Amino acid sequence: MLEVVDLKVGYGAIEALHGISFSVKQGEIVTLIGANGAGKSTTLRAVSGLIRARSGQVMFHGRPITSMPAHEIVKLGMAHVPEGRMVFANLTVMENLQMGAYLQKDKAVIARELEYVFSVFPRLKEREKQISGTLSGGEQQMLAIGRALMSKPRFLMLDEPSLGIAPLLVKSIFEQIVKINRDHGLTILLVEQNANLALRVSARGYVLETGKITLSDNSAALLANPKVRSAYLGG
Amino acid sequence: MSEFIQQIINGLSVGAMYALIAIGYTLVYGVLRFINFAHSDVFMVGSFVGFYSGKVLGGTSWAGGLGVMAASMVGCALLGILIERLAYKPLRSRSKLTVLITAIGVSMLLQNVGQLVFGTNPQPFPDTLPATTFQVGGVVVSSKDLVVLGFTLCLLGALEYIVLKTKVGTAMRAVAFNPQAASLMGINIDWIISFTFGLGSALAAAGGFLWAYKFPRIEPFMGVAPGLTAFVAAVLGGIGNITGAALGGLLLGVIETLVKGSRWSTWTEAIAFVLLILILLFKPAGLLGRVQAEKV
Ligand SMILES: Nc1ncnc2c1ncn2[C@@H]1O[C@H](COP(=O)(O)OP(=O)(O)O)[C@@H](O)[C@H]1O
Ligand SMILES: [Mg+2]
Repeated sequence: MLEVVDLKVGYGAIEALHGISFSVKQGEIVTLIGANGAGKSTTLRAVSGLIRARSGQVMFHGRPITSMPAHEIVKLGMAHVPEGRMVFANLTVMENLQMGAYLQKDKAVIARELEYVFSVFPRLKEREKQISGTLSGGEQQMLAIGRALMSKPRFLMLDEPSLGIAPLLVKSIFEQIVKINRDHGLTILLVEQNANLALRVSARGYVLETGKITLSDNSAALLANPKVRSAYLGG
Repeated sequence: MSEFIQQIINGLSVGAMYALIAIGYTLVYGVLRFINFAHSDVFMVGSFVGFYSGKVLGGTSWAGGLGVMAASMVGCALLGILIERLAYKPLRSRSKLTVLITAIGVSMLLQNVGQLVFGTNPQPFPDTLPATTFQVGGVVVSSKDLVVLGFTLCLLGALEYIVLKTKVGTAMRAVAFNPQAASLMGINIDWIISFTFGLGSALAAAGGFLWAYKFPRIEPFMGVAPGLTAFVAAVLGGIGNITGAALGGLLLGVIETLVKGSRWSTWTEAIAFVLLILILLFKPAGLLGRVQAEKV
């Protein structure tokens, strides 16, 4: 589904990604773990077209998308829930969800998708008319994920969904992520600093260290790996 | 007393036109975070398009006048979109100062082209819309003021509908809040920016047409003074806030008219600047604006 080859990305003079390669197959949940500043968000931004790659290639469904603008990539079935959620705080919950379905013309499809999102996150339905800026952090994360689902993606990228959220809510959001993957075979690329949780729900994982992929294995093996344990799992 | 009421009506109608211009400043600021100083000259072009199409059409009638106003609005919407595409879009990744200076350049360009085409002498604006005066109690009311106010209210209603109820309006608000997140929804930011310029310019053009209807002498620099006052109105209302811009415009129109009719009338030209300084000193976010916490 997604194939990244020797991707290099920089900001001004600094290079944040020094040529990374990885892939995500249809139906998988794959995790990208790494310390703060390793380049996880940069990776997702380059894949979804928010920033230009310096070199390398991103293939989506066998199609090169490396120089496509973000709004075109969405049309191909990719959704990106960015770090910090980025919900439209000035819009209501409903308006945010409608923006998620911006490219969908068919009202019936939008209604069906809305129903699905509300079934995954009933809390959003209760707060339909509320201005999103007044939601709690966890609710905003639900909204950000729900908004991404409104585009009926085939591939979903989540950037630190657990960031700044109460542990109990994190658990429930992760359960929903697994459920979305199981129900719809939605392929997911998950970026997390909370490596323990992420590796438990994913099949495979990559470890990113200052712009380079240093390790790649199935998640159970990564969980057992002493290097990973000491660096990312607190011993 | 009757004179006071007359002044208020007069002030409201001038203020309505300030409001129409001010909204363009505020809309563009909302999506691009810069002040489009060429906007006041789009207002001028609005009355010029009215001037020429009014001459071509000839006669005075409601349908004709409305047609002339629509022509101004469409013409200026295209002009606004063109200005953004040619002058501002290539500079989008540059500093705000670069874009600001470019906007002043575009403003001068429009004024100079205006002089070339139209000449420097003021010319009378054709009577495209009917007008009379009548008396209510002791108050002499010009139908022009009522027409200006009525048209403005309709345009503001249409604007409110577009911004709050339509998909493109919701997308405008989304882009204003966070363009990157908006592009992740599949929203084409360039398209929304063009739409915003078109919308703001069409309102300025309506303002330009109505201005020339109320003060029927036009010339290529006619945009400068109302443009500055409208800019102050937008800041007064809280830049980026549409309702604020509309209220700011009305308020400035009334204040200016009252000052003009008083013994401090020599201060009329300065009143907008005095207000601007006061706002920047005491309430920089404007009357309806909030100090924005930048979301990361
Ligand atoms: N907008 C930016 N401008 C300059 N440098 C940036 C920017 N965003 C990220 N970086 C730098 O790129 C590197 C990777 O950042 P990021 O991808 O955000 O890491 P992570 O998501 O793994 O915490 C860091 O060194 C960071 O300082
Ligand atoms: Mg990050």
